[in-house]
Amino acid sequence: MLETIPRPSLITKEYRTVTQIKGPLIFVERISDVAYNEIVAITGPDGLTRPGQVLEVNRQTCMVRIFLGTAGLDLNQTRVRFTGDVARLDVALSMLGRVLDGSGAPIDGGPAIIPERSLDISGLPINPSVRTHPSEFIQTGVAAIDGLNTLTRGQKLPIFSGAGLPANELAAQIASQAKVLGSDSGVSEPFAVVFAAIGITHREAAFFMDQFRASEAMDRSVLFINLADDPTIERILTPRAALTAAEYLAFTHDRHVLVILTDMTNYCEALREVSAASEEVPGRRGYPGYMYTDLASLYERAGRIRGKRGSLTQLVILTMPDDDITHPIPDLTGYITEGQIVLSRDMHRKGIYPPIDVLPSLSRLMNAAIGARKTRADHRAIANQLYALYAEGRDLRRLVAIIGEAALSSEDHQVLEFAERFEKTFVGQGMQEYQIKETLDLAWNLLSIMPAAILKRVPQEFIEQYYHPDT
Amino acid sequence: MIERVETGDGRIVRIAGPVVGASGLDNARLHDVVYVGEVGLVGEIIQISSEQATIQVYEDTSGIRIGERIQNTGAPLQARLGPGLLGQVYDGLQRPLEVLAEKTGDFIRRGLAASPLSEDIYWEFKPRACIGSYLSPGSVLGIVTESHTLEHAIMVPPGKGGRLVDINSGKFKLNDVVAVIDLQSNHKVDHFEVTLCQSWPVRTPRPVQARLAPREPLITGTRVIDTLFPVARGGSAIIPGGFGTGKTVVEHCLARWADADVVVYIGCGERGNEMTEVLEEFPILEDPRTGEPLMARTVLIANTSNMPVAAREASIYTGITIAEYYRDMGYQVLVLADSTSRWGEALREISGRLEEMPGEEGYPAYLAARLAEFYERSGKVVCLGSQEDETQAAAEPDVRTGSLTLVGAVSPPGGDFSEPMTQNSMRVVGTFWALDYELSRRRHFPAINWTRSYSLYETQDWYNQNVGSDWFERVRSASSLLQREAELLEIVQLVGPDALAESERAVLAVARMLREDFLQQSAYHEVDRYCPIEKAYWMLTIIMDFYQYVQKALGLEVPLPKVMDMPEVGEIARLKELPTEQAEMNIQELSKRIQHRFAEFGIQE
Repeated sequence: MLETIPRPSLITKEYRTVTQIKGPLIFVERISDVAYNEIVAITGPDGLTRPGQVLEVNRQTCMVRIFLGTAGLDLNQTRVRFTGDVARLDVALSMLGRVLDGSGAPIDGGPAIIPERSLDISGLPINPSVRTHPSEFIQTGVAAIDGLNTLTRGQKLPIFSGAGLPANELAAQIASQAKVLGSDSGVSEPFAVVFAAIGITHREAAFFMDQFRASEAMDRSVLFINLADDPTIERILTPRAALTAAEYLAFTHDRHVLVILTDMTNYCEALREVSAASEEVPGRRGYPGYMYTDLASLYERAGRIRGKRGSLTQLVILTMPDDDITHPIPDLTGYITEGQIVLSRDMHRKGIYPPIDVLPSLSRLMNAAIGARKTRADHRAIANQLYALYAEGRDLRRLVAIIGEAALSSEDHQVLEFAERFEKTFVGQGMQEYQIKETLDLAWNLLSIMPAAILKRVPQEFIEQYYHPDT
Repeated sequence: MIERVETGDGRIVRIAGPVVGASGLDNARLHDVVYVGEVGLVGEIIQISSEQATIQVYEDTSGIRIGERIQNTGAPLQARLGPGLLGQVYDGLQRPLEVLAEKTGDFIRRGLAASPLSEDIYWEFKPRACIGSYLSPGSVLGIVTESHTLEHAIMVPPGKGGRLVDINSGKFKLNDVVAVIDLQSNHKVDHFEVTLCQSWPVRTPRPVQARLAPREPLITGTRVIDTLFPVARGGSAIIPGGFGTGKTVVEHCLARWADADVVVYIGCGERGNEMTEVLEEFPILEDPRTGEPLMARTVLIANTSNMPVAAREASIYTGITIAEYYRDMGYQVLVLADSTSRWGEALREISGRLEEMPGEEGYPAYLAARLAEFYERSGKVVCLGSQEDETQAAAEPDVRTGSLTLVGAVSPPGGDFSEPMTQNSMRVVGTFWALDYELSRRRHFPAINWTRSYSLYETQDWYNQNVGSDWFERVRSASSLLQREAELLEIVQLVGPDALAESERAVLAVARMLREDFLQQSAYHEVDRYCPIEKAYWMLTIIMDFYQYVQKALGLEVPLPKVMDMPEVGEIARLKELPTEQAEMNIQELSKRIQHRFAEFGIQE
């Protein structure tokens, strides 16, 4: 949990010099020996102690952001105590199976976590020269991801969702189905899920809990829960606490950790709130100019390290305001993450689940994780071919809307038909789980309705091996 | 080099993220490097007033307290230049990341120092200058073999010309004295000892003798660049594009296959896993020109997005200074910066913390000036000291020329090119490769849009003389064909393909071949990833010849489908995968067969 109690220190100064309370910020005067980013314990007239953090300090004043809300604070009686330490999280292997609040305190009625280590939640950057390139295929059981936008160990892949789209369902499905092939060699590799709920609703949180319990994944999961009605500013801590726990499990206890962060849009709103209150020069749409750097300090904590057995993979969910992919939140995220899975409202309306729009979706690390010995030799070619045909089909659909179907050639009709079937059977697989072989065979079933001559992106050897027009 | 000045220690009076205020730093000069706090974080003075100096700190300032000490080094941020740079991986302040990993493990901690160059290695120094001769600044004193293919010139540092009084050959460490020069100023004689390495302030461009007009293309092995939008050796280019349009893949391709002696790759605020790809791949991949591992010609600056912001700002200067150093030896150097937008954002963040009046979109008003200064450090030059004195010149009349080509990726928010980073960069660079979201969505890679991109460099003469005398003609007709296609496609969008005449459909058919069989190029295909310029020329020739045949066939009322169905069309599509050695023969043979086919329709050449 977040340490609000100071570590033993000879001098602990307490101040009653709060001069201003403004939104999530308070200003304290006549201070001395204050450190930047130091954690502060603020006790209001109500006797409640709230943690805060120093955002800016000069010789006379310091600005502190309060994580749990400033309601009930006043200028006269509020006491401010500087702890002399940065924000830390107590971590231990026994966190697995526990439910914690947004700053890391248990809320499942269980005992306090006995710490093995107490770690700075900001973490440290991984030295780029010790990273290893993520190249192990994670089978999610979702054809549109495994086949076309492969997830790998150590990757950070966001799901760009819209309000009302089933991103949470998809994330929960992935969390319960994800496995690494080749791990059936007898040794099962230890796997863990760290789930951070950032400002999501009770209903959504309950859904995830049910899913975890149903899939018996609970014992290998740690849940950090900040709900929509929990203090906003705590959301700045939640992903950091979750990632600190995940790093510890991955790089100290050799777990393959999947971190699910949902919903990063709420995180960015909290960031904007603090930035606005401290009167910073706003960037696009009022978000702070350092949002790229701030998001990167979270997302870049995914990866693999040379010589370590564990890995940290991130699945990040965010809601695109008004389904706008150019909005700063998805835009900056896309610039940091290694690809994106984009959900489509049109496909959702057609009743397709998961409604993944494969055209704007992308996995940048796919090439390293697929092919012979990893998935199958024809994987890359199939993905290219499906993609090309579907893109052509979507273009034709637009054309048909303008000039009518009569103007199309017979080949065009086939491509249109392909696009329909691709959406219904390949993308719209429902709640089933496909092995990678099933995914690729399904793709060949679809391609086999097309004349072989159209399949320009598939080398001849694979056509001979897998193409079966008669069935 | 700049002399050190003794200055007093200061105290911290304000901390706001990477910006720290200090009092008591007497005699401090702008851009002096300071050590902040008890842990000794590296910082740089960026503003001075009578009461306070403002410092940008290159490391995380968490836990630093008001009142802690600040020490001034009295010198600006400098790069250490000498043998051993090639193959290294540095952070933005030129700290070797592999050494840091040995010191502190997998995560980067604060307040670390490590020498950029190994001080224990012995280098074989071969003198090239004679005792008694007058050496101007920049003259070559001798040679160290840095890699199998690169001779590292040990040069007289800029500003230190004089008579050579001593020079030794043999094995030396980095800081050993290899030569002594008598500096002559105001009849006072100063001995200056030259070692194998020198330092240079990163924010100051290294001086050159003269600048030359860049006219020769940098051959990159990427067809769309080499044919339609070449960048000149000594020129500059930007690649703007939204996420997923393939900026990094294009930059990686340039780093791998471009015809340069030295490549400096600056990963500025980008993904750690992408740097890893380079780090794992470059030691294995072979340089097609020399057969050596690519890493042997590469210097990497890795300041990933989660590393401190201010160091990101410094990283591009560190990188370009190293590049200038190799340029001064007379090499062709390529600098790749991915991404300059992250550098711009670092500038914006620091500016915001200084409470400066913002310009457009919160960027500081001096953004355009900083960008111009940066891109103008590219150039084709006569190296400093390349014209020796008369006695020397008679013996070895060489004029050393070197070039520094600069390619910057830009990451415009939402892929919108009207934002300040793209617009201000466009004004100063000579080549513009516009990456297009639509093309990448169709998996047309590299997604360089041929209607929006341009190149201002006059490289036609070089191509006509070195590749084919009709080069320029071919390229021009190819681009007008693509232009015509764009116009026709608009019509098709409105009224459907039925409205087009047969000849217009021929334009669409051949332009499609040009797009899919020529412009598209796979960065991952064993053969296609690197296309020599000759092969590109033959491929272009065969497609454009084919177009002329098609036009003639239509004149004789041969229906278009009959022409397009000939099996040779499919063979053209597979030319890119043909190994280079067989390509010329196969293409000539194929073009004969095409000629025969058309002869059957009654068409003669």
